Amino acid sequence: MASASERSMSESEKPLLQVEKLVKRFPVRGGVLGRARAFVHAVDGVSFTLRAGETLGIVGESGCGKSTLARMIVGLIQPDTGMIRLRDRRVSGLSPRQMRPFRREIQFVFQDPYASLNPRLRAGTIVGEALENFAGLSGRELTDRVATLFARVGLHPAQMDKYPHEFSGGQRQRLGIARGLAVGPSLIVADEPVSALDVSVQAQVINLMMDLQQEFGLAYLFIAHDLAVVQHISHRVAVMYLGRIVELASQRSLFSAPLHPYTEALLNSVPLPDPATRSGTQVLAGEVPSPIRPPPGCHFHTRCPLAEARCRTEIPPMTETRPGHFVSCHVRAAANTSP
Amino acid sequence: MADTVAASGQGTRRSRRRGLLWHARRNPSMTLGLAILALVILGTVFASRLTHYDPILIDPLARLKPPSAAHALGTDVVGRDLWSRTIYGGRISLLIGITVALLTTSIGLLIGLVSGYNRTADAILMRIMDGLMSIPAILLAIAFMAFMPASIITVVAAISIVEIPRVVRLVRGVVLSIREQAYIEAAVISGSRVGRILIRHILPNTLAPLSVQATYVCAAAILFESLLSFLGAGTPPEIPSWGNIMAEGRTYFVLAPWIILAPGFMLSLTVLAINLLGDSLRDLLDPRFARRL
Repeated sequence: MASASERSMSESEKPLLQVEKLVKRFPVRGGVLGRARAFVHAVDGVSFTLRAGETLGIVGESGCGKSTLARMIVGLIQPDTGMIRLRDRRVSGLSPRQMRPFRREIQFVFQDPYASLNPRLRAGTIVGEALENFAGLSGRELTDRVATLFARVGLHPAQMDKYPHEFSGGQRQRLGIARGLAVGPSLIVADEPVSALDVSVQAQVINLMMDLQQEFGLAYLFIAHDLAVVQHISHRVAVMYLGRIVELASQRSLFSAPLHPYTEALLNSVPLPDPATRSGTQVLAGEVPSPIRPPPGCHFHTRCPLAEARCRTEIPPMTETRPGHFVSCHVRAAANTSP
Repeated sequence: MADTVAASGQGTRRSRRRGLLWHARRNPSMTLGLAILALVILGTVFASRLTHYDPILIDPLARLKPPSAAHALGTDVVGRDLWSRTIYGGRISLLIGITVALLTTSIGLLIGLVSGYNRTADAILMRIMDGLMSIPAILLAIAFMAFMPASIITVVAAISIVEIPRVVRLVRGVVLSIREQAYIEAAVISGSRVGRILIRHILPNTLAPLSVQATYVCAAAILFESLLSFLGAGTPPEIPSWGNIMAEGRTYFVLAPWIILAPGFMLSLTVLAINLLGDSLRDLLDPRFARRL
């Protein structure tokens, strides 16, 4: 099982996707007039880039803003501030009409393979919908193209006439992938695509996604809370905590030498089959603070074993401690930056 | 490969057809409702074969005759045959019921879809619907009748105006719940425009509750037409309808109770049949009952 990071990847390419200082707040309404009393800071200044053909894994606990980030990138919701660019063209803050041409480029694979397939439509219609819309295909042509897609994701073309409830969870997610693949996107945003599946099926779907990446040169923004899955599929990994990216590095660098104390805690929380290696494990104390009133300074300082005075007031900048390894931590950045 | 596709598609269709028949047999109230309704419809459609009396022909010599061999259900105050009037009157009642049901569901569906999907349109349309619903139905219909020339079309329009807001609310509720589904977002990402999303993804979900609602609207419209006609604000008096016949018979109720009884019985029977049909249709289409069926 060759790890994703070992695959070839050209470093000099221009980024496919640029995300700059993305912010999204959701109002918490209350009272008689339904005025916004507070805001949930779902995504709080997230920046990263993604090259063509690359997989960026995004990990974090539930509620850290992963899904909100994904939904902003595919244009299902609009960011409050910040910018999303696809090949240097702005794709955020567009009207549905302006966004439409970019939908061919950015596709989405949903977390829930049950709710994301219309139960009243045949599988072939669901997969072919984008082809009808963008390629203007119909009749024989459409059927043939959909049959090819079915075969490519490991489904039998005869299953085109079946309804979603006649498929298993893994097959449904294959349908979701075929739908995303239909119009030949350059980026697929996958929001926890395997977390609803059985472990054995997860591996099949992950391997399918990796094969498709090789074949079509797809870039993935792969969101997950399962570290093993992210480690397997990603070239680079971003760790999110309470709406911010706290560490962003190549898969190998992040998993072998994590810098941020939160990343360390996450990696330590993965159960290992060997009891001998569990020595020195630190488990995080406390709960994730409310995103309605996130702590000032570094969001992680309330649970951080290394927290200093300035962590409570100053937001740590993203610092490149090793080439390509960014961390947002006052303590670790100071200790690891070579002058 | 194409053969396999065709074969599996046919299999699905065949099993569904068998399912429907199977349901009908297992559902006596639906069968009863359908049977009564079929009889009433056949009776009114072939009215001319079931009587040799003209329903509006006056026969002063045979006024207020009780049921007899010559007049199976008796005659009214000007000697018109009541059996004849009842079956011909059923034409008008059923025509109005079915027309109102079709008109109301199609207009209500259109308004409901737009209202459920577009917040701006919703704010305006729902205030109009609230306004219509806040006026008592009978007053609204009578007011409408007062401004329009008396005709069957006016009656249909008056009843439809009363019924449309109920259909709109139903459709809007379905649209509001469906539009939050992940598969609607998936359709947006697949590049589907509003029209396709409404027609392909949302509309099919409204059809089941809408068809049930259509039967209730049909029954309500038949009753409402009778009520309006009974009050003298409905179908013009020269056209026999169940409401008209009862309105004319009201004054002579003590002398000739049969005038009011025949159309009254038919009205009750028809409305009962439609409601039986609607109830069993609702049970059939409601997923919560699916396991029992």
